[in-house]
Amino acid sequence: MQPESSLHPVPRRRARIRLSAFGPLLGLAALVALATALNPAFLTIANIFNVLTRTSFIGIIAVGGTFVIIAGGIDLSVGSMAALLAGSMILVMNALAPTLGGGWLTIVVGMLFVVALGALFGLGHGLAITKGRIEPFIVTLGTLGIFRSVLTYLSEGGAITLQLGLSNVYSHVYYGSFLRVPIPLWVFLAMAILGAVLLNRTAFGRHVQAIGSNEQVARYAALRVDREKIVTYMIQGVCVAVATILYVPRLGSASPSTGLLWELEAIAAVIIGGTALKGGSGSVPGTVVGAILLSTIGNVLNLTSIISVYLNAAVQGVVIILVAFLQRGREAR
Amino acid sequence: MISVGFEGIGKDFGAGPVLDDVSFTVDAGEIHALVGENGAGKSTLMKILAGYLPATSGRVLLGGVPTEFRDQREAEAEGVVLIHQELNLVEDLTVADNIFLGRERRRRGFLDERAMHREAGALLRRVGLDVDPWTRVRTLIVAQKQLLEIAKALARNAGLLIMDEPTASLTPAEVERLFGLIRDLNGRGVTILYISHKLEEVLALAERVTVLRDGRYVETVRAGASSRQALANLMVGREIAAMFPEKLLQDRGSPLWRVRDVGVPGWAQRVSFDLQRGEILGFAGLVGAGRTELFEGILGLRPRSGGHFELEGRRLRIHHPADAVRAGIVYLSEDRKGKGLHLRLGLAPNLTLMALHRYARPLLRRDRERAALGDAMRRYNIRAGSPEAVAGTLSGGNQQKLALAKVLHTEPKVLVLDEPTRGVDVGAKQEIYRLIQHLAAQGLGIVVVSSELVELIGIAHRLIVMRGGRVTGELGGEGLSEAEVIAYATGVKETHAA
Repeated sequence: MQPESSLHPVPRRRARIRLSAFGPLLGLAALVALATALNPAFLTIANIFNVLTRTSFIGIIAVGGTFVIIAGGIDLSVGSMAALLAGSMILVMNALAPTLGGGWLTIVVGMLFVVALGALFGLGHGLAITKGRIEPFIVTLGTLGIFRSVLTYLSEGGAITLQLGLSNVYSHVYYGSFLRVPIPLWVFLAMAILGAVLLNRTAFGRHVQAIGSNEQVARYAALRVDREKIVTYMIQGVCVAVATILYVPRLGSASPSTGLLWELEAIAAVIIGGTALKGGSGSVPGTVVGAILLSTIGNVLNLTSIISVYLNAAVQGVVIILVAFLQRGREAR
Repeated sequence: MISVGFEGIGKDFGAGPVLDDVSFTVDAGEIHALVGENGAGKSTLMKILAGYLPATSGRVLLGGVPTEFRDQREAEAEGVVLIHQELNLVEDLTVADNIFLGRERRRRGFLDERAMHREAGALLRRVGLDVDPWTRVRTLIVAQKQLLEIAKALARNAGLLIMDEPTASLTPAEVERLFGLIRDLNGRGVTILYISHKLEEVLALAERVTVLRDGRYVETVRAGASSRQALANLMVGREIAAMFPEKLLQDRGSPLWRVRDVGVPGWAQRVSFDLQRGEILGFAGLVGAGRTELFEGILGLRPRSGGHFELEGRRLRIHHPADAVRAGIVYLSEDRKGKGLHLRLGLAPNLTLMALHRYARPLLRRDRERAALGDAMRRYNIRAGSPEAVAGTLSGGNQQKLALAKVLHTEPKVLVLDEPTRGVDVGAKQEIYRLIQHLAAQGLGIVVVSSELVELIGIAHRLIVMRGGRVTGELGGEGLSEAEVIAYATGVKETHAA
């Protein structure tokens, strides 16, 4: 016999959506107001584009992470994966340059290659997690080490550098603009819109939420749970690849320190954005705001002198814990 | 010896009363049974008595003294011990560890393993459980765990032992042994409160029987002066015949689903059956007979060894639940909260989840989903505070109707319902029976797995009885009697030799 209603009333859906969407946004607005008050240089087009362009790597990775986390998984390897993808992409482009030339053809082939490789890494994660029945935390903790180690081996501990000719052409992708807006920002925007539509307006997105909310129920509803979960890891891999495509032209090289700790920033962005770490619910716009919030903190510390910029990670940490605390309060009510 | 008095006990979890003004007494040294359908409030009342839950209103008298326990520890200190239906043992600890959990014997600050081993051995002998106190609980069978729970209660000097459905997964021989032990304890002065919905058992064991229905007290009768039929009528609250819609004649000779030689490792062997169009086929058996597991195996939800299926004469391969759904066979799990519904999601996403492709072109049409929900709420009489509510806020009966609407949304040909009325009130039960009848009349083939014999006999055209993973009998028409079903379910009778 069971009581007719749950002992723990479930929060109303509408209230939850509103809070999780506007909470981080309000935080961001407060931060922007504070930063502008402290240093008017903050609220200039140049600085805003600077912050957003830097955000695009983590932001795009976090869009993929939103799917993985909503489905109840986690991918800790994204930073290492970015490093290995960057190194591999450069090696492939350098190798192709003699035959395909030092222009866009080589670069486009390199892009396609890196997207395919990212998807492949995601497929590997997904298969190990679903068919191999290993905890996502363990699988991606393992590949976190493997990816970075392979990159270090390939670079012999130093840097893998893109040929100068290719680098000159490719650098437009990071430094160039379209309609006066930096290209990485356009890509970030496109990925975010694509992600939001996929999550909220397609059957796949609904399935992802259903799986994360209660995997057993999803299984009994005849959803192809394993396949959908694998796809979330592949989306994550592709997102890391797209971030890599934007990152490589920035410095034209990859080294063992490329993408270091990106996984933590990406996961933090997802969580700050209101996605539940235990899965089931979350939003892509929230993730985008979360990513911008995190990188704004660094920028504000740079522009002001109240708190040393060396404490950047500490301030970010405080914000993450604070947001988690607010979410906890919301769930408990 | 402890006597119990309930005075106007009420309990409300927030969505209407679960218990409403329940008053009755249990005499000191009595074996008193408490019966009622699922959802009648039996377990809630016992949890209040044993300190697990506070009552919303009313009071409990123990030995004539008003008593309110703050937790089960306080209750156990007074000798009031509840043995839960789903047993409360730590599987990875030993038998002795479990007996002394929370009250370990110590010597100079360290555990006194030898003393506990010795005392545990003595307790195990008293309940007739022949295992070493250092055995891990995980390795015991259910009947042994039941005895261990009683040993645990004895270690707490129980003066009032409350047992919640202790025989749900025991064989008849094990039940007999348990009853012997209960009578023995009772002879030594332990008051017994025994919860069950197996009326035969209750009449054999108890001196008096109290009936609860929909959270209300109905009547207390002397077991010697009552009958199964009388108790069943009291439990349901009306002549049972009126609960069930009249069985419609079905269109015989129109086979729909043919199942041959299904095996589910560890649960079922060589099970075969046919389902006709418009037929309601019941599956009876004890808990653990393998009925749920059989259908989970057939539907691709757990590994299967062998099995051959035909739907409408065509060979059907099922490797994944999605194969079954595509062919038109759906399964509604017995575990509504754990496997049936997404309690944290809204009503519309729950309703459309299994048929989402109909709303994706390729973007989801949420307006159509909302319209479908409105339609389903009307058709299946699903009452919700608001269409925007999450599924977890609905009452048990409305959740179950939503779960039914969800599987029906795939427009199936075969419907497999596992415990379709578990945890729902009498009114919703009746609605669900009518719906099942209505669907059968439309030509669906329906399989109903249920532990409630009254329900199976009331609704099914034909019954298949399982025991130990095998089909032991098939009953239809005149053969549909409770005694007959129990005979096959417990191994007294068997027609289908393996």
